[in-house]
Amino acid sequence: MSAKNPEYDFKWCPGCGDFGVRRALEFALQDYTAFHEVPMASNVVIAGIGCSGNLVHLLEGEQPFGFHGIHGRTLPIAFGAKMAQPDLNVVVVAGDGDFLSIGMEHIVPQASRNLDVCCVVMDNGVYGLTKGQSSPTTDLGVITSSTPYGKLESDLNPLDYYLTAGVTFIASGYSSKPKDLAKLIHAGMEHKGFAIVHVQSPCTTYNDTYEQLKGNAKKGVESIIFDVPAGHDPKDRDAAHRLIHSGKIPIGIVYQNESRPTLDQRLKDLQGRVKTRALQEQLDAFEL
Amino acid sequence: MAKRQDFVVRFAGEGGQGVVTAAEALARIAADVGYHGLTFSTFPSQILGGPTWTQARISTIPVLSPGDAVDVLVALNEEAYEGHKEDLGENGVVIYDSSFTPKGTGHMFGMPFDDMAKEAGDIRTANMVMMGALANLVGMSIKYLQDFIVNRYQARGQAIVDANMKAIAAGSQRAAGTGFQIGEMEPPTRPSYKQVMIKGNEAVALGAIAAGLDAYIGYPISPATPILVYMERNLVGPGKFAYQSSSEIESIAAIIGAGYAGKKSMTATSGPGFSLMSEGIGLAWMAEIPCVIVNVQRGGPATGLPTKSEQSDFFAALTPAHGDVMMPLIAPGSVEECFYASILALNWAERYQGPVVLLSEHSMAERSQNIPKPDLSKVVVEARKVYHGNNGSDGYFRYDGYELSPMPLPGSPGAYVANGSEHDAIGDTTHLPQRHIQMTQRRFSKLKLLEENVYERDNTSSPIALMPWGGSKGPGREAYDRLRAEHVDVAWYYTMRLHPLPPKLLEELRQKDLVLVPELNYLGQFASYLRSQGVRAQAITQYVGLPFRPRDLVDRVKEMVGASRRKAVTV
Repeated sequence: MSAKNPEYDFKWCPGCGDFGVRRALEFALQDYTAFHEVPMASNVVIAGIGCSGNLVHLLEGEQPFGFHGIHGRTLPIAFGAKMAQPDLNVVVVAGDGDFLSIGMEHIVPQASRNLDVCCVVMDNGVYGLTKGQSSPTTDLGVITSSTPYGKLESDLNPLDYYLTAGVTFIASGYSSKPKDLAKLIHAGMEHKGFAIVHVQSPCTTYNDTYEQLKGNAKKGVESIIFDVPAGHDPKDRDAAHRLIHSGKIPIGIVYQNESRPTLDQRLKDLQGRVKTRALQEQLDAFEL
Repeated sequence: MAKRQDFVVRFAGEGGQGVVTAAEALARIAADVGYHGLTFSTFPSQILGGPTWTQARISTIPVLSPGDAVDVLVALNEEAYEGHKEDLGENGVVIYDSSFTPKGTGHMFGMPFDDMAKEAGDIRTANMVMMGALANLVGMSIKYLQDFIVNRYQARGQAIVDANMKAIAAGSQRAAGTGFQIGEMEPPTRPSYKQVMIKGNEAVALGAIAAGLDAYIGYPISPATPILVYMERNLVGPGKFAYQSSSEIESIAAIIGAGYAGKKSMTATSGPGFSLMSEGIGLAWMAEIPCVIVNVQRGGPATGLPTKSEQSDFFAALTPAHGDVMMPLIAPGSVEECFYASILALNWAERYQGPVVLLSEHSMAERSQNIPKPDLSKVVVEARKVYHGNNGSDGYFRYDGYELSPMPLPGSPGAYVANGSEHDAIGDTTHLPQRHIQMTQRRFSKLKLLEENVYERDNTSSPIALMPWGGSKGPGREAYDRLRAEHVDVAWYYTMRLHPLPPKLLEELRQKDLVLVPELNYLGQFASYLRSQGVRAQAITQYVGLPFRPRDLVDRVKEMVGASRRKAVTV
């Protein structure tokens, strides 16, 4: 929509992985609305700050509701919106800096609550919009503008972290395959609970990882990703753990636990169970 | 000798010794028999131990401040006696627990509270032993206490009633034997209206629910926690949602999410949490999302004084975030006003579509007081203007021009992007200078919707005015009444609408030679703001962690009025 708006002057760099993620999200939103026969307006996209967050302005076709808030706080905003209207399909879009650095503190609470939202995390291993600083997923020793002598921190393994945190749907995707990615995102939307689709979405300007992701036989570069094997059972937490620690990045649905109720379901159960007093009764209780 | 209109009893001891219970019980009994009761407490930020004190002020007419000197000090240990004896007024009496003997002279006597209670038949009647003694000291008939016991305990059996009766009689006889008296109290006149005995925090919670609150999300923090606890218990039901968050950063972002999704939403916190909410409050202002943030002020920066009273967050509440923002700000001045301020805050948030800050303070939040029972049928609740148009080709403009637009609800037509970046009419990010100018002006122009000429005024012909804000209203008003009784020419102004100020009030204040602003902070924050608005304001400050005492205000106002008049003559 905004691409046609002369006032809106943000652009992704040519080749940015976020183009593919945007396309995948458009497919997934269409699939979701068609499958459930609901209007596009029943989808809410809550975006973080960074290159990735601009996705909310760049979606094409019929528009969902959007919220472009402040850095790192997509999950708390999604928490409030989802609990206000549990029937909404709430989708979070954020980058690795927004979601895993400043926003890290919000992941465990949502996992504990099993908040029924779907997060699409665009991981390019760098802060792009501020021009190339290291992020939690930047490898140890890498030189960036903020680590001129090499990064001193170990890189975070996001999938491992999600599994430990108790996220009930964990998928891993790749921006260059929008149709496959759309299926993962749609599956995340359908999952009843806290879903994260973590996407390898390279930054062509500051951290171009296309060659490592695709591999290059001529140069002898082996791809760092592999498809989740057909026989993998996402319910098997140990198997998910083994996939995550196989030395390469699995692409597909890594883990899914459908046995935990969502927060809105638990709240609904509580409301059915608890008898509360009307306001007048509450006030009467204070009467002399 | 004229009969007393009020008396103050302070209970001091160790945390966990029941001093809070004693003061609240006294206030409750007094209110039950037709007096007006008001408690005030300050305690350490710990559960057990540490010096604690609570006082109750009992009066024949409603009062709004903890009062001046202490008439009766009930000291449960030596430290309590030493720490509070200076606050005793003339002819003040000390009742001490017989477990120690205070070093000192004056009107004092010991009572073995627990032993006397055991002798009466139930150790739990120790408070009643105290009450019996107090009634005797103020010449109040113990009949009132006896009636209270019958009403309260009859259903639980004669044995407990008898024990309490014996305890009252024993306490009264012990005090009578000392011959001490602090003056006879006027008999009570029960008000004709219905009353509730309530604390400021509870009044804020009830007011919010009365105004149609749907979502409450908060994090525990002294002294705002009771609001969270109240909401968790009572804001339950279809479409309602109360939840303890993982931080104040989450609280503010979550109520913004809920407000965006169509709910009336609120959080409550105190200084440190309010500081953490800074960026989020700016987001609510920028994206124009209705929500209410209650800041129950405590003392000092950082962790500061968690359980003391200060009014030092005025600046922080007015402009809590970076960039050009100025919050609508409501500061109730009494427990009763807490209820109505909370309703007003929710109404304002929906009316102008943005964040509203309600500034309460520790002394009011934790104070028990009997107030007229609010009539729920008279509560006016404002609803949000909601967009019901078509989405798509006809275009929906959320932020068009300078006018408020109806808000679409996610799930219904009118999809737009709520944006914390500067944006155009549909919520797309923009950096155009003319757009930032227009949008900045738009956000400020909406404040006009909140201008209401509601304020208190008295003796307006005086060129010098007294204008307290928030909880300093109580001691301020008492000081004002005494000053007027002494024929000091000073005017009275008060409003809980601190921003935007009632325009007519501001006009009147600008005409004054001097506006004196009692406030509990070092900087004289509200006076400073008034000066920026062209008012010749001067602060009367205090920052000891306690509310003003009316008599101190009387002295300081007289001094400043005198100085101002002398200056006027010299000029």
